[in-house]
Amino acid sequence: MDIPRHWRLKKQRYALVGEVCDHCDSKVFPPRDICPDCGEEAKTLYSFSGKGEVYSYTKVFEAPAGFDENAPYTVAMVKLEEGPLVTAQLTDLDESNLEIGMPVEMVTRKLRSATDERGMLVYGYKFRPVMA
Amino acid sequence: MTENSKLLQPENPVGIIGYGAYVPKYRLPATEVSKVWTDGVGGLPVVEKSVPGIDEDVVTMSIEAARNAMNRARIDVSEVRAVWVGSESHPYAVKPTSTIVAEAIGAVPNTQAADWEFACKAGTEAMVAAMGLVGSKMAKYAIAIGMDTAQGRPGDPLEYTAAAGGAAFVIGPADEALAEIECTYSFVTDTPDFWRRAYQKYPEHGHRFTGEPAYFKHVTEAAKYMLETSETKAEDYAYVVFHQPNAKFPQTVGKQLGFTPEQIKTGLLVSEIGNTYSGAAIIGLTAILDEAKPGDRILMVSYGSGAGSDAMILKVTDQIDDRRKNAPSTRSYISRRKEIDYATYARMRGKLTMK
Ligand SMILES: [Zn+2]
Repeated sequence: MDIPRHWRLKKQRYALVGEVCDHCDSKVFPPRDICPDCGEEAKTLYSFSGKGEVYSYTKVFEAPAGFDENAPYTVAMVKLEEGPLVTAQLTDLDESNLEIGMPVEMVTRKLRSATDERGMLVYGYKFRPVMA
Repeated sequence: MTENSKLLQPENPVGIIGYGAYVPKYRLPATEVSKVWTDGVGGLPVVEKSVPGIDEDVVTMSIEAARNAMNRARIDVSEVRAVWVGSESHPYAVKPTSTIVAEAIGAVPNTQAADWEFACKAGTEAMVAAMGLVGSKMAKYAIAIGMDTAQGRPGDPLEYTAAAGGAAFVIGPADEALAEIECTYSFVTDTPDFWRRAYQKYPEHGHRFTGEPAYFKHVTEAAKYMLETSETKAEDYAYVVFHQPNAKFPQTVGKQLGFTPEQIKTGLLVSEIGNTYSGAAIIGLTAILDEAKPGDRILMVSYGSGAGSDAMILKVTDQIDDRRKNAPSTRSYISRRKEIDYATYARMRGKLTMK
């Protein structure tokens, strides 16, 4: 039963809420309460702007259970403008424009249904090409 | 205003502090529908309609519109006391859309949250309620949203037009508003022109009955009473926007009420994006707010089957120019366009049986 996990992760998933280090001002995502740069405690919540660029990407044809409805789809590592790298699905993509360095922005989308059509809906961040 | 008037007017003046539109990227041309079902014969009610992506629903679309509205409002989200979402396509039968939207924009936990339903006028219904909450000073700010991912049965006339999109509004005190809402008036009767029973996927409608006794009667009565009681005439308005189930109805009713095509055209989006149901009149309003000038008067009349109309008079303030640039315009969503064919549409809208 992963309802508690979905519930616990909702803030970071819906709105890209991470943490900022009070010691060196590094921005942390996903939140882990420890600064990866200076090793000090980092517990202050920080809302990321959602802007970033494609660092790397791959196309998924054989999707894991729960994601098959979306296949084929593109997963990218996105370098957020505040620094951290996050892995997420790209959406509303024009594949002809897809390249490393492409500017993207965070949107909140339906990730999947937790089990079948009777299960809870799971929402979270994806990235799309920046709107002109 | 006359004594004894049936207009709704809050004791403390209210207005729109921020607004935001949303339209998905995908478009289904009406010719794709007619190719499959009528051999391409017959007139088409719209050019094309918007279709939600496979990962979009009323929750995700409301979140984006609400973020746009908050970016224009530039207020502290902790001062928002209501997040209300009007729709006929809430993703859950039981569990509010509004709590998810409120969580995503950071408005929890000190807020009202509820989903509204009145066919295509659930969005304006939420706006009127927000006016009451703010106008009584129970709350400083309230967010009202109208959003839909409307479904039409394959082959039904509604399949040409049933579309996805809508808008969000932050309602607050008039002295902070980019457009003051001067008053509203609602005209409601029990009229069975369109409905969907519990557990049914697609709606039913009364075919020709949807025109005269339904749409035209309610929109006309609401607009006429509003004009008479507020002692205004059609020419006092820079813009007018009506609920738009197709391109013909709003243009016909506008002409009957004495409005010119010039006053109607900015808010008339149905040919390009289809009928966005709870979003239809109000996304016309966001397109108007994208270009209106301080001092402009706007008349909006929604319509929801079942049936009723909310009429609203707005007056644009000098705060508009400064605010509108803080989020994408309605037109920028409309021009973000990817055409799809009927087969792709059938897959995206879950019309293919997988088991
Ligand atoms: Zn640090």
